[in-house]
Amino acid sequence: MRDVEAAVAAAFREEWGQVVATLIRVTGDWDLAEECAQDAFAQALDRWRRDGVPRRPGAWLTTTARHRALDVLRREAVGAQKLREAAVLARDEGPGDPEYDGDDSGVRDDRLRLIFTCCHPALPIEARVALTLRTLAGLTTPEIARAFLVPEATMAQRLVRAKRKIRNAGIPYRVPPAHLLPERTTGVLGVVYLLFNEGYAATAGADLVRTNLCAEAVRLARVLARLMPDEPEVLGLLALLLLHDARRATRVDAAGQLVTLEDQDRTAWDKAAVDEGAALLENALRRGRPGPYQIQAAIAACHTTAATAEDTDWADIAALYGELTRFVPSAVVRLNHAVAVGMSEGPEAGLALVAELEREGELDGYHLLPATRADLLRRMGRPVEAAEAYARALELVENAAERRFLEKRLAQCRSV
Amino acid sequence: MKYVLFICTPVGGEELSPAQIADDPRFTSYIDEVRSRDIVKGGARLRPSADATTVRVQGDEVLLSDGPFVESKEYVAGFDLIEVADLDEAIALASRHPAALGGGSVEVRPVWE
Repeated sequence: MRDVEAAVAAAFREEWGQVVATLIRVTGDWDLAEECAQDAFAQALDRWRRDGVPRRPGAWLTTTARHRALDVLRREAVGAQKLREAAVLARDEGPGDPEYDGDDSGVRDDRLRLIFTCCHPALPIEARVALTLRTLAGLTTPEIARAFLVPEATMAQRLVRAKRKIRNAGIPYRVPPAHLLPERTTGVLGVVYLLFNEGYAATAGADLVRTNLCAEAVRLARVLARLMPDEPEVLGLLALLLLHDARRATRVDAAGQLVTLEDQDRTAWDKAAVDEGAALLENALRRGRPGPYQIQAAIAACHTTAATAEDTDWADIAALYGELTRFVPSAVVRLNHAVAVGMSEGPEAGLALVAELEREGELDGYHLLPATRADLLRRMGRPVEAAEAYARALELVENAAERRFLEKRLAQCRSV
Repeated sequence: MKYVLFICTPVGGEELSPAQIADDPRFTSYIDEVRSRDIVKGGARLRPSADATTVRVQGDEVLLSDGPFVESKEYVAGFDLIEVADLDEAIALASRHPAALGGGSVEVRPVWE
């Protein structure tokens, strides 16, 4: 009994996106597609208990959902053309068909089509993220609302509006043509990256769903990497997420305190994820088309492959951040560059770069700016000034774990 | 699907007449393309917003004012009614419109059918 439930749960994680994607293609109706997919998973629980878990759960679920869609369409007496289309697909691609292959390009295209449609640039960014989580990862509306700290009604409305816009504005359900692919892929990668970040560096609160977001983002990145194996930035993103995710368990201690990179227990890092990420990155870099995700993955790899914190190659990291500012000329990237320079050339050099950012004022209100200044001053043996900067960072910080970390450092500086 | 492209130009920008547009090399290639593909089903160049009058009704009173009533950086200079397969095709066309290339913008709105 427990086994069947586990099999359905596993199938849900693995197959939900594919079932929904195929049903959207067949019916052209997003709500109907989700409804039929839900129905198929509910049926699976009953039928698999009786008949055993099928050899290809995904195929079983897709066929069951299609039959359900066919019933609904028949009842609603829709156009004969649409019905014929759905009927043909239900017959031809079923699990009984010897030609059927769960990994055939048609199925792969469906999932890719769904990601690109959910991440269409004509949709507002919050809607892209929410829709991706709903249709590809199968998260419920309350779960997504909780993850993004908005009321459930707001999230429900956001999803309804997005689906309505897809239909009413004529957003196509397809993978964009080749000439649009690079710019559209950037948007898709951006959404997956955003999902991961939301789970990894929670802006506030301490919700379980947030670690699930990391897992979902990694899974989506895997899907993309399987679907676009020749896109170095896609591989770079997956590498980046794996290398970050490998450290997840060590970033907070048992008491919920933030543990900095240098103090993390490196033996507790997920070795398999580190190795996989490093191999993916190497594969991506060999193609000679660097981009922001590959560079960030290379930075993450410098950290995760160093045997000890002291072994970290900060000069390499500083150079990589310098490179990254060419692709992403943001003040936050420059702040990270300043940190790396502070580590490789000494805190004075880092402080000079921080001072430059402070003069420009673009990061006013960002707690990591004074926190960085504080850390550099602390290392320069100037505890009084460091304490001042920690106090300023504390006025701005919102995450509880980060707050406790800054308070601890402030107390240390004051006790010197 | 049918879409209306609202061609918006910056306030204080060029105000070309239809005749000037027809002769302007920035527009001619675009016009030739949409004509050859029979995408545009209608549309018009509108007189500048200085010639506009806004009508509102409050109770029994009809209120008239000069120009568009909102202060904006852009105004609608014309519109095209187009028929294409989907939003991507409409966006592709809009992104080649001389107004979009010349510092203005094009709003793409599906027609309620």
